[in-house]
Amino acid sequence: MNIDYLLIMKSELILTAIIFFLLFLKVWDGIKSNATLLHLTNFLLFINLIAGFFFNTDGELFNGMFHTNSTLFLEKSILNFGTFIISMQAFDWLEDHNHLLEFYILLLCTLLGMDFMISSGNFLMFYLGLELSTIPLAALCNYDLHKIKSSESAVKLILSSAFASCILLFGISMLYGTTGTLNFKEMAPLIGSGKLQILAFIFTFTGFAFKLSAVPFHLWTADVYEGAPVPVTAYLSVISKGSIVFIFITVLFQLFHNYDTTWYNMLYLTILLTITIGNLFAIRQDNIKRFLAFSSIAQVGYILLGISSGTPMGASSAIFFLIVYTFSNLGAFGVISLVSAKTGKENISDYKGFYTNNKFASWVMAISLFSLGGIPPTAGFFGKMFLVTAGAAKGNYWLISIAVMNMVISLFYYLRVVKAIFIDENEKPIAKLTGSMSMRIALVICIIGAVSVGFASGLFEYIGTITK
Amino acid sequence: MINLSVLLIIPLVTAIAVMLSRNASQVRWTALWGAIIQLGYSSVMMYEYITQRAAGNTSQMLFESRYSWFSGLNIEYYVGVDGISIAMIMLTAVVVLTGILISWNVTKLTKEFFFLIVLLSLGAYGFFISLDLFTMFFFLEVAVIPKFLLIGIWGSGKKEYSAMKLALMLMGGSALVLIGLLCLYFNTDTGGGAHTFDLLKIAHMHIPIEAQRFIFPLMFVGFGVFTAIFPFHTWAPDGHSSAPTAASMFLAGISMKLGGYGCLRVAAYLMPEAAHQYSWIIILLSTIAIIYGAFATLMQTDLKYINAYSSVSHCGFVLFGIGMLTKTALTGAVMQMVSHGLMTALFFAAIGMIYERTHTRQITQLGGLLKTIPFIITVFVLAGLCSLGLPGLSGFVAEMTVFMGAWQNPDAFYRIATVLACASIVVTAVYILRAVGSSVMGPIKNEAFRNFGDATWNEKLASVTLIICIFAIGIAPFWLFNLVSPDTQLIMDNIARGIAGK
Repeated sequence: MNIDYLLIMKSELILTAIIFFLLFLKVWDGIKSNATLLHLTNFLLFINLIAGFFFNTDGELFNGMFHTNSTLFLEKSILNFGTFIISMQAFDWLEDHNHLLEFYILLLCTLLGMDFMISSGNFLMFYLGLELSTIPLAALCNYDLHKIKSSESAVKLILSSAFASCILLFGISMLYGTTGTLNFKEMAPLIGSGKLQILAFIFTFTGFAFKLSAVPFHLWTADVYEGAPVPVTAYLSVISKGSIVFIFITVLFQLFHNYDTTWYNMLYLTILLTITIGNLFAIRQDNIKRFLAFSSIAQVGYILLGISSGTPMGASSAIFFLIVYTFSNLGAFGVISLVSAKTGKENISDYKGFYTNNKFASWVMAISLFSLGGIPPTAGFFGKMFLVTAGAAKGNYWLISIAVMNMVISLFYYLRVVKAIFIDENEKPIAKLTGSMSMRIALVICIIGAVSVGFASGLFEYIGTITK
Repeated sequence: MINLSVLLIIPLVTAIAVMLSRNASQVRWTALWGAIIQLGYSSVMMYEYITQRAAGNTSQMLFESRYSWFSGLNIEYYVGVDGISIAMIMLTAVVVLTGILISWNVTKLTKEFFFLIVLLSLGAYGFFISLDLFTMFFFLEVAVIPKFLLIGIWGSGKKEYSAMKLALMLMGGSALVLIGLLCLYFNTDTGGGAHTFDLLKIAHMHIPIEAQRFIFPLMFVGFGVFTAIFPFHTWAPDGHSSAPTAASMFLAGISMKLGGYGCLRVAAYLMPEAAHQYSWIIILLSTIAIIYGAFATLMQTDLKYINAYSSVSHCGFVLFGIGMLTKTALTGAVMQMVSHGLMTALFFAAIGMIYERTHTRQITQLGGLLKTIPFIITVFVLAGLCSLGLPGLSGFVAEMTVFMGAWQNPDAFYRIATVLACASIVVTAVYILRAVGSSVMGPIKNEAFRNFGDATWNEKLASVTLIICIFAIGIAPFWLFNLVSPDTQLIMDNIARGIAGK
């Protein structure tokens, strides 16, 4: 009986235990070698990932404030997996860093916040989780203290997310005012056609759009991504964004399903702008992190396209796409992380002739980019296909046409990077880089995932059955 | 018993083996053996197919196998072949084999080169055997990126520009196909609101005419981009001429046929009423492509550009045959695909062999080569003669069939178009004879030409293989005709049903 309560909050409890353990390690100060500490943390994160697959118990706690089910466990596993890979890829960067454990304590706090957020059944819990997942992130963005750009990035992140939270809270307070409850389940039937409630919906939607960096609320993204250390950028673009998508799906589908025409129209415009502007701006970038920032904005547009269908198929293809996106984006960020840690170079033009000395890393980068661009046989093709198919079920072929045509534009800028790596000549290409063992393992995992997840139809069908 | 998935497994295993090879020589031999085994298996398949047909097997597709892939969306891995696909598979096998032989001396990044070539062929085989539209689309796109890398890394001239242009235009084409595909998917109904990508099932459904009017142009233009439909042909000359020899052979010989096959099998077969209504536009565009291509070729001085523009013109005949909507014309279109694939592969191979020795492709700088490298030049002249439609070679047979079929369409507009298209053959003769004459005849332009060695064993083998195929089709066209025509008849039946209004 009591053990069930513990198992429902299993993911959160394990994370908390790890955080406290790391705190004790910090105070104890017994392990001097950074490498040992890193291996230990990676091992703990691996345990955390594996534990996510066992003893999963569905249920509710605290009067519905907190709930879990198979979908949420899967989503948490995706987040855990991404964090594990990012931590493996951060090895080369953190190996010589003075503040190691603080990085992980802050990082895991945000992960804990995300877990609470996506499991929440109540706006209070949701908001608590959201703040817990954002505020430490600002500190992480500024982790390389001597870099001015990092400070800029942190300030931009904290200000814009505070602003977004304000808007979101304003929307939530209106909802509370009109329904008298903060519980999702109690609130859902009370949401009708009141003017105030529609306004509340618009504010909530805007808050989410800010967090998702959907156009026109995307302006903070590129600067934040550019300034933050590469692993943090990877974390922001994959884990942070993924968790927001998960809770967004829940809120839209559970709470606002009466408004599906309203939010379809709003999403329609947002998708159109997000995909097009994200793509057009990505073409102009030379800094590879800014480039991936805009490309990830465009990717969010495709995720929203799948969600806009409002069907379980839409939700499942969005979750599937996030798995694919985790593999492919982290593959690309892994290589960038390696190059940045060893040489400090972060421009696309620096990658010219990269293939001469770094064959494996080049292929990882190329396959990840193809996967992001949705080129078969990589998993990205299947991810995009399912999102677009889900979106097309509404029968709005103009939107689909624009989204699909944008895939051609996106191919142009992904190919630009591939061209720099494989085709362009360079007298002084980047020398042979030897990453740490964990980095190499992480890259291999990413590449295997980016190629094979699409063929694993079982995974997609499993997601389909649990989101029904 | 034939299992079609073997056609995918052989290239896949070859590709992996190529990546694991230790040195360049191992890479080459692995790729070559892979191609030989594939050709052997395809031949066995063709033999088995003909035997079964002779024994009275009348099912539309043979050697079918299907596995559920994404059951929630009714996506299946569903393969099967008919005469048209077999002709295309044989063409692919031959062109890939000869392409590998011709690129025997690639020294820059050998392993990657052969890996990409084999990957390209995998896409083509998959496309030709697929009977599920999703799988088909998947394979269509598989072949795009290897082309980009092949042209970008091993190409010549303005290779970056050409590679990017080609990749983007082909992806644009497949984006159109994708939109059409999704629209088609949601217009199918297998009962209970479920949709299907199954090609044969869709063929027997009645897609509403309004939907057909929207989907058909998307599909036809989308696939048409691959086969260089006017005005989306501009990737072809740049792409072909910048690509390395084997990639040119593959691009013109097989990749352009993916488009023609798609237009026929997907667009015209599944949406017969729209095909009928829009056929005048197809004829208009393809006639422009034929004539414009021919005249544009006249202006070229680079051998590769000559063949590239003439490919635009010759692939125009494929769409021309499809647009005519008579059985003979459709058969002619398929024959033209096969014939053009072989002929253009031979032409590019010959140009590649010349370029490797002279390091120039400008007609004005060449001359008198017949005296120094007679074998290569003989191959070159034969390819030219096939291109201009000399009787006894495959080009004549195919174009003749297209024209015969075209004339069966009694409408005045179609007849005028046929006359115009026929007239373009004269222009073809002009540019081919001029190019051949001034580059191989006459006095030796450059003293360095005297030191050239004639074709090596691999070049000879490749050329002879292609020439044998061209002669075989030219002298005994009924083999190909009998293989293909029962299936074009089926497509024609569907179209006739569409025209009749049911």
